[in-house]
Amino acid sequence: MKYIIKKIITLIMTLLVISIFTFVAFSILPGDAAITRLGTEATPEKVEAMREELGLNRPVILRYLDWLKGAARGDFGESYQYSSTSVAALISERMPATVLLAVISFVLIFILSIPLGLISAKYPGKWLDTVINQLMQITMAIPSFFLGIILTYIFGLVLKWFQPGKFISPAEDFMASAKYLLIPALAVALPKIAMVVKFLRNGILIETGKDYVRTAYSKGNNENSVLVRHILKNALIPVITFAAMIIAEILAGSIVVEQVFSVPGMGRLLVTAISSRDYPVVQAVVTYITAIVIIVNFIVDMLYQLVDPRVKTT
Amino acid sequence: MKKKYNYSLIFGIAITGLILLIAVIGKFWTPYDPNQLNASLKNTAPSLAHLMGTDNLGRDIFSRVMAGTGTTLTIAWRTVFIGIFYGTIIGSLTGYFGGWIDEIVMRVNDIVLSFPSVLLALIVVSILGPGWPNLIISLGILFIPSFARIVRSEMLRLKSLDFVKSAKVMGAGSLRIIFVHMMPNIVVSMLTTAAIGFNNAILAEASMSYLGLGVQPPDASLGRMIADSQAYLFIAPWFSLFPGAVIILTILGFSLISEGLRKASSN
Repeated sequence: MKYIIKKIITLIMTLLVISIFTFVAFSILPGDAAITRLGTEATPEKVEAMREELGLNRPVILRYLDWLKGAARGDFGESYQYSSTSVAALISERMPATVLLAVISFVLIFILSIPLGLISAKYPGKWLDTVINQLMQITMAIPSFFLGIILTYIFGLVLKWFQPGKFISPAEDFMASAKYLLIPALAVALPKIAMVVKFLRNGILIETGKDYVRTAYSKGNNENSVLVRHILKNALIPVITFAAMIIAEILAGSIVVEQVFSVPGMGRLLVTAISSRDYPVVQAVVTYITAIVIIVNFIVDMLYQLVDPRVKTT
Repeated sequence: MKKKYNYSLIFGIAITGLILLIAVIGKFWTPYDPNQLNASLKNTAPSLAHLMGTDNLGRDIFSRVMAGTGTTLTIAWRTVFIGIFYGTIIGSLTGYFGGWIDEIVMRVNDIVLSFPSVLLALIVVSILGPGWPNLIISLGILFIPSFARIVRSEMLRLKSLDFVKSAKVMGAGSLRIIFVHMMPNIVVSMLTTAAIGFNNAILAEASMSYLGLGVQPPDASLGRMIADSQAYLFIAPWFSLFPGAVIILTILGFSLISEGLRKASSN
């Protein structure tokens, strides 16, 4: 219990430190929000008036506290580039597509990497294992955006399974949206599947030599049931620590892949906000992303202890 | 006994060598000017005159790939250099001396390491602004923790060994022990990490340039070329295929090297 409280406190501290850091960094930047709004032709008096109106003349600390007060209530101010649209509205409009993409990617990783890892570990050194291994090695070397383009070419232009660029929002038609996102999700998932398969295969091979495996065999289990019911369970434990990293990687991958398949999600929002210096949006999206990564890490930490009680709290 | 070849290392060095050769030649000579526009040669398929075809503005793709590979590798090695240089200093000092500074530095490292490099590069570039000098700075900073961690753990391992103790008994200063006695012993694990670092740097650079936040036009960059090619995917697939293939080969080369080194050091 004490361990959990300590973890939660570090979690909140980390979030605060990162938000302070980004906030201060954005406010000492050249390129004033007032000028962004009015354009470079505006007279100095007008810029000054706008600065006053936006509250940019107040000290950074006070502005940060205001921002924090708003952020705690889910209010991140107004976007610069889309005038009079709240950042919160923009994010809640873009969030569903990204979440759906991430969930589908995660499911794909889960259902594809476990069988591949099992097959590869069942026949170590045989041709099937070698083929899977080499394929995974090459897959890991393909950047997700290029993988996306290859998949667009194959499934979109040659096989015509989907129409590239014609994204349907999940709110409009959930099934059609999920169907469109299947290919982007594959682009996000494949490099991570390669990582998990490699990791899982090594895990299974290490477990295979242990005593409990011999016991399971001597009780009359056949090879497949030992592999699935006994070894896999233990080999998956280290994969759980890996899960936090995978979720963070899915997030990073989907930011890039959203661009390839023109999915209007958080990633696209962030990229356009960075290029047009829309700092309130950037700040909010960065906060969201860091929060997700840190919270996922926290959950995985907790899960790991639940699954493997031998991991003592330190 | 049959000699066992380290195929990963051999193939890795061969592929990386080829890519390096292309990049170095590309610095001095390319078949055409990489930025030369030619309206009459838009999207022509690969031929003997243009080995990889031409792009939507009639530029020679082979020349642009040569120049772009150079840009990518330059960014990657500078990034890795920043990471190794500061990572080694931080890692060796914190690993050797320990204490509360060590505790803080490792906490910060943990946080940085839990983020994928593309994500962190996006965050840092959103603060510093797009462009490749900023990309080098941001990726370099992001790579410091991974090197610092490796060096630190190696330092902890070596610290208790006899040769370090005897150097201490002989009156060698701390800095001398760290940099003269201990450093040569961690070169192999540093090389492995450096190869992985190259991988991440190339991947991050390509992704950032693809998003339009890395190398800015007219400079050739493999990621940027792929972004430009996307609209012409159906009529000119070679436009995205060749830069993509070069990125894949470069990453594959470095990952084979790191795997080969790991195998070599574990034998």
